[in-house]
Amino acid sequence: MRGILLVARRDFAAYVNTIWGWLIIAVALFLDGVLFHALALTSTAQYSADVLSKFFFNSGGVALGVGVVVTMRLFAEERQTGTMVLLESSPLSDRQLVLGKYLSAMMFMTLLHVLTAYMPAMIFVNGKVGIEQIAVGYLGIMLMSSAGVAIGTWASSVSRNQILAAVLGGMLVLLFVLCHWLAKVSDAPFKELFANMAFYAKQFAPFEDGRVNTENVFYFLSVTFGFLTLATQALTARRWE
Amino acid sequence: MLAGLVIPTAGTVTINGTDLVAANAEFRSQIGYLPEDPPLYREMTVSEFLLYVGQLKGRSEAAVVAELPRVLETCQLAHVQHRVIQELSHGYRKRVGIAQAIIHRPQLVILDEPISGLDPKQIVEMRQVVRALGKQCTVLISSHILAEISETCDRILVLNGGRIVAQGQESELAAAAHTAGTRLTLQIRADRSLVEGALRSVSGVQKWDVAEEPGGLLKLHVAMDSDQRESLVAALVTAGVGVRRMVEDESELESIFLGLTQGASA
Repeated sequence: MRGILLVARRDFAAYVNTIWGWLIIAVALFLDGVLFHALALTSTAQYSADVLSKFFFNSGGVALGVGVVVTMRLFAEERQTGTMVLLESSPLSDRQLVLGKYLSAMMFMTLLHVLTAYMPAMIFVNGKVGIEQIAVGYLGIMLMSSAGVAIGTWASSVSRNQILAAVLGGMLVLLFVLCHWLAKVSDAPFKELFANMAFYAKQFAPFEDGRVNTENVFYFLSVTFGFLTLATQALTARRWE
Repeated sequence: MLAGLVIPTAGTVTINGTDLVAANAEFRSQIGYLPEDPPLYREMTVSEFLLYVGQLKGRSEAAVVAELPRVLETCQLAHVQHRVIQELSHGYRKRVGIAQAIIHRPQLVILDEPISGLDPKQIVEMRQVVRALGKQCTVLISSHILAEISETCDRILVLNGGRIVAQGQESELAAAAHTAGTRLTLQIRADRSLVEGALRSVSGVQKWDVAEEPGGLLKLHVAMDSDQRESLVAALVTAGVGVRRMVEDESELESIFLGLTQGASA
């Protein structure tokens, strides 16, 4: 655990001690704010719960995008700058390295989500929503972020440069987001498969409305576990090259 | 592979009985490795970086903090320990690279081309660092700059085609490389045609090279398959060549290396 935290702490510091990390946060907050103003705070009367639901919908999408940008550097940048050798020659296991990197990205995502809290707080103060819906919405965003970050971590672990990692990770995340479209144009058995894989329409939607389903939690955790395992295998395979 | 980066598909690698495959983590904790391009997080300060790497290699924070002054002194980095690595010169970055390789007190330190890209002043300073390091642990230097190996290493291993073809001190390698022949340099006064005729008459002379020197003298390099210098001098003198000086060539590492690797390839 000590090794995981060590890697996570350094990588998180690398985000927040450089302009790069704050630039990502600034752009993400700008997008969140614009979308919140344009789509959630419309001139027509809405229930506070619907406004909050739209906020989580928008913020979840931004979080997935940020996840791809944040994770593209995790391993690919280390390879580009030659520092990967420090990690590979250390006594830490490949799993510890992957978990450390994943944790650093999740710490960054948590920071981002904390900074978006003023928007639900405004709805809470000026409207009529339960704190539970806010908490569940953020739980959903964190779970979906976790899945997105895990996908990005894997993409970075198999890529030689950051652009390739971003493209690969971005395409995969997009695939998971667009699965409900694929479900509409597919026949059985893929129709049901794609429908169940859809990040938004199937898995994240209940969280937006303040509902926690075990199957949705299990799904995001499974995707996270699966891609982190693949990332670990990718690192291990390189030792046998 | 010695640094634990790659797993061997055959054979074993051990340090003090610790096997690379069977106890990979323990093996790697005993190795310090500096690649040709130092792996550095350039946004960190020197001391921050060394504290991080020391812990990454398995030492506790307190142990690394205690070790830091020794490492900074060995690598002559104390006065730049609070500087951001990005701001340091290439020579200093190399030294930070060495510092990260020794911060966890490894049994074996592997330095890959430690002086490449350094200016003459930095090379001299780097030699001091490497010599100081050699008093603390085993240092394995991998380099194609053989003059540097000659300057800093006590023991030399010559690799050819992935195999060790010779090992030992430089004098031992020289002996091994030249057991089959003798190389001589002579200073003579004569006509070139006389020299060539005399050399052809001596059995065992493999090749020679004649160069003009000031004052009408010639410098003659001769390679023989055995030590027949008496016969050589006699033939030259008989042919009317004035022999002013004759010395056996000192074995430079380059020629030793060529002799050993060519022999192994043949």
